[in-house]
Amino acid sequence: MSEEVLLETPLAAEHVALGAKMVPFAGWNMPVQYADGILAEHKHTREAVSLFDICHMGELRVKGRGSAQALDAALARGVADQKIASCRYNFLLNEKGGVIDDLIVYRISEEEFFIVVNAARRPVDFAELAKRLPRECTVSDESDRTAKLDLQGPLSAGILTELGIPEDALPAYYHFADVKIDGVDVLLSRTGYTGELGYELYFHAESAVGMWRRLLAFRDVKPAGLGARDTLRLEMGYPLYGHEMNESTTPVEAGFGAMLKLEENPRKFIGSDVLRGSKPSRVLTGLLLEGRRAAREGCAVLYGGDAVGKVASGAFAPSLERAVAMAYLPPELAGDMDAVFEVDTGRVRIPAKIEPLPFYKEGTARKKIKKT
Amino acid sequence: MTKYFSKTHEWVEIDGDDATVGVSAYATKELGDITYVELPKEGSDVIVGDSLGVVESVKAASDVYSPISGTIIAINKNLDDDPGIVSNFPESKGWICKLDNIDLDELEDLMTEEMYAKYLKTLG
Repeated sequence: MSEEVLLETPLAAEHVALGAKMVPFAGWNMPVQYADGILAEHKHTREAVSLFDICHMGELRVKGRGSAQALDAALARGVADQKIASCRYNFLLNEKGGVIDDLIVYRISEEEFFIVVNAARRPVDFAELAKRLPRECTVSDESDRTAKLDLQGPLSAGILTELGIPEDALPAYYHFADVKIDGVDVLLSRTGYTGELGYELYFHAESAVGMWRRLLAFRDVKPAGLGARDTLRLEMGYPLYGHEMNESTTPVEAGFGAMLKLEENPRKFIGSDVLRGSKPSRVLTGLLLEGRRAAREGCAVLYGGDAVGKVASGAFAPSLERAVAMAYLPPELAGDMDAVFEVDTGRVRIPAKIEPLPFYKEGTARKKIKKT
Repeated sequence: MTKYFSKTHEWVEIDGDDATVGVSAYATKELGDITYVELPKEGSDVIVGDSLGVVESVKAASDVYSPISGTIIAINKNLDDDPGIVSNFPESKGWICKLDNIDLDELEDLMTEEMYAKYLKTLG
């Protein structure tokens, strides 16, 4: 086996010092868990607040005259109608409607946008956007000089106010604000991938170690790795690129059809003709498995003994103490709440039923912050 | 009582004519938090290398191979509801099953605790 050269975030040494188990992820050497383990980190995120190193993700900036209009045609959801200081989950599609990447667009001003993309897709996204934007617009890759830390959990807002950010300066759900933390300029958004009240912090990479240590100095804040990040997002039914989505999956199949407003809004974008002209042959569906035993990616889903679909992601869901999976199923079965399926792990067949997403229904992500 | 270890990270402890089998502390640490244990069937006969079930963690699943031949006379039913016992007490309360009809000669192919510790070092 050839030795893969892995990239490292500015926090790699911090993770090792904290006893993290490091694993390759999307070409990066990342902490999958710390000494407490995935279950404890998962629980801590749901009950208190966790800090995740997400420096591996990519950040692109698009600006210049015509940026809003050009992005509007380049991405699956509207950009021109997006409010300044808001975030919007969006998709970069190919001509066939397949997902090149799922991403979040931050509207900085009328003609300036900050786009957060998946680590493994960053070069593809950059090249594709550069191709789709007119000459007056520039796209720059700011990933290397941008640190990203996710502060997630019901107590996260309290940590930020203790750091001197007034409560009324904290952005609302899917909005962002420019703030200062210990003199460092931070783009702070109320977004995340855990289902809990949480924030994502973007700032210059040279402040990464200082900010990491500052946040971990709070008694309530503990580090959490990509293992917990994965079980947290799975419990929320959030897709993970490369698992629920790829270039031959459409956002309609992945369950985001309503978000695209294909019927109500005649907006044209790359991939829109295909999405409007066809009905999906499979739909991403939540499955609640019978016990604790997990089904993994690629397992066949059986109905009446026939293979009807495939698992995209599956794991033990710590908050539910049950195994859950997201699977692609035919549309005619995807709505059948009484249907009994079996997931074939190769070793055993685990009975499963459809469960409306999210699996975990107590998430605090959209909770209003109380005025004190 | 002496514990013996297999290269596939199971342990076996001999008490008279019976053996208790489990997964080593090293293996459970490598797997991470155990979330599910598939137990073998009571009464079944196994030979060395037969599957005794599976331990699953959040990220992985691993077969448990019998380090010794015999008849399964007891399984640790506590693991059905609380598989975390295997993570927390891998070489005591987290045992998987007990066997009788064992062949003590088979222990020669296993490692003592000391040999196992040396073996783990070679795994890096």
